[in-house]
Amino acid sequence: MDMANQARVKETAEKFGSDKVVVILGGAEAESAGLTAETVINGDPTYAGPLTNIALKLPVYHIFEIKDLIEPEVYDAQISMMEMVLDVDAIKNEMESIRQQFS
Amino acid sequence: MTFPVIKAAGYILVHAPNIMMEHGTTITMERKNNPDSNYLQKTIKSIRTFEEAVNYAPNQVYIGNLTPQELQEVPRPWYQNLLAQGREGKYGDIIPENEFYAVMKIADSFQLVELEQEFAARIKNTLAAKKLFHVKQLDLLDKTSERKHIEELISSGKADGLYENNQLVGCVRQAHESDPNLSTHVVFENLVAKASGVLALKNLVSKNNLDANLIDYIIETSEEAIGDMNQRGGGNLAKAIGEIAECNNATGVDMRAFCAGPAHGILSAAALVQSGIFKNVVVMAGGSSAKLGMNSRDHVNKEMPVLEDMVGGYAVLISENDGQNPVVRTDIVGKHKISSGSSPQAVIQAIVVDPLERNNLKLTDVDVYAPELQNAEITAPAGAGDVPLANYKMIGAMAVKRGEISREELPQFATRHGVTGFAPTQGHIPSGVPLLGHIRDSILAGKMQRAMIIGKGSLFLGRMTDLFDGISFIIEGNAGVIGPTRDTGNGEEFKQEIRNLLADAIQELARSVAGR
Repeated sequence: MDMANQARVKETAEKFGSDKVVVILGGAEAESAGLTAETVINGDPTYAGPLTNIALKLPVYHIFEIKDLIEPEVYDAQISMMEMVLDVDAIKNEMESIRQQFS
Repeated sequence: MTFPVIKAAGYILVHAPNIMMEHGTTITMERKNNPDSNYLQKTIKSIRTFEEAVNYAPNQVYIGNLTPQELQEVPRPWYQNLLAQGREGKYGDIIPENEFYAVMKIADSFQLVELEQEFAARIKNTLAAKKLFHVKQLDLLDKTSERKHIEELISSGKADGLYENNQLVGCVRQAHESDPNLSTHVVFENLVAKASGVLALKNLVSKNNLDANLIDYIIETSEEAIGDMNQRGGGNLAKAIGEIAECNNATGVDMRAFCAGPAHGILSAAALVQSGIFKNVVVMAGGSSAKLGMNSRDHVNKEMPVLEDMVGGYAVLISENDGQNPVVRTDIVGKHKISSGSSPQAVIQAIVVDPLERNNLKLTDVDVYAPELQNAEITAPAGAGDVPLANYKMIGAMAVKRGEISREELPQFATRHGVTGFAPTQGHIPSGVPLLGHIRDSILAGKMQRAMIIGKGSLFLGRMTDLFDGISFIIEGNAGVIGPTRDTGNGEEFKQEIRNLLADAIQELARSVAGR
């Protein structure tokens, strides 16, 4: 997770409170989505960014996991193409595993 | 309507490991923040030799000795399965770093490049044998400097060194004492773009037996900004490059749109030719020193050689319809509008689907798509995956959504309508244009009828907008029709052309009669 996004998440969580912020990811690949999820739950595993040693414990989901919460027309127009392109199951499994491991 | 043609395409690469170590931003930032890091030590040990860079299969595709289809047959990893090819390609050359320093000197109009005497004399002989530069230009290499003088300039912070096998052989000086836009670093970057641009343009001319004097206009599409502190980005690298490449009848302009620059440039060139304003327009760019070694941290972590050691360059000639060469279909153009939206789906819809739909074409009617063509062996270790393959999957998914192919056919779409990525990660270089030479050859050989060139750009990097950008156009086989450049409907312009020709002939006759 890049430095600027870590800083934005940290700032948002501080401003509104960790219990009022949910992080939605749009990453294209399971491993990077998992690393991002780990970062906003448990802190930056690379010890390089603003979230180093800061466990915000934020709820985090990939956009594919919350399909049922999105208007079908919007999902079709914005996400359905990528749903065909990416390895959705791998992303969902990785997200689940990271949440179980760190939450 | 008579469309302009892709008359010729040229491509060059420069193997630049020392420039990478001294000017690649990933490496220079690490040296500044963490000079003793393991990564830097490993990077130095992971540098390729010139021969390894020449025989690296993707580089051979770039200069035209291998087709992208043939690249698929080369076992991976490509860096361990080197070919036995030469540096001379069908479309251009792979240039070693020491020759490139000499080209930087020839391309330098303000005595900012200084070369050590023994080095300059040695390289002058090598360059002379290439016959790319004339004697007067080669003689610029006779103006040399003492090594001591070069060392003093570098130690006083007024110059950056040029190195060959860890030996100092020259330097690039700052162009102003205090102007940050004329600092050593900026001048160095701009001279790399200029010199590699010169090589691309010179190769285009020499490999295709063109007359440089027939080039009317040059559109330069790199990502460098030329100017001083009062007009950073004022330009004009196009004209500066044209001067050294001896395009004596040309002027030109720098066109910027990040990675989408080349596609915008070709479309503008096509418009200039089709409107009749100019007959021969070159769209070209040299490469970037800053991006060298950009992903080197990931490469050395995975025990790979540092593959981003190549400066790239390209040049494409757009000319009036000759009835033979593939045409640029200026009536089938896709653009990402300000209001298009930035989701991948919205982008593909605007750039790829909409222009085809407007012209009653299906996604499957395009034989080959040329999106960003980065070499996945460079990008995948850094977590960016296979960029061209991702694009083909997205276009294929749109074909599924539109009912043109079944969901089961999606995996084959990439092989049927795409190529394996082979371009160096030099920002503007991979975006569509590296395939133009191969597309032109395939269309001329009757192996393909229609291709789409797609340029995409990440504008957020300049922090002025977070909009995405993209533009596309179609290249097609020439139907063999040559007519007036502009479609006037009633052929009036053509009639006028005949009147002018008749008038010229009568005047000529009158002169010869008077002469008697």
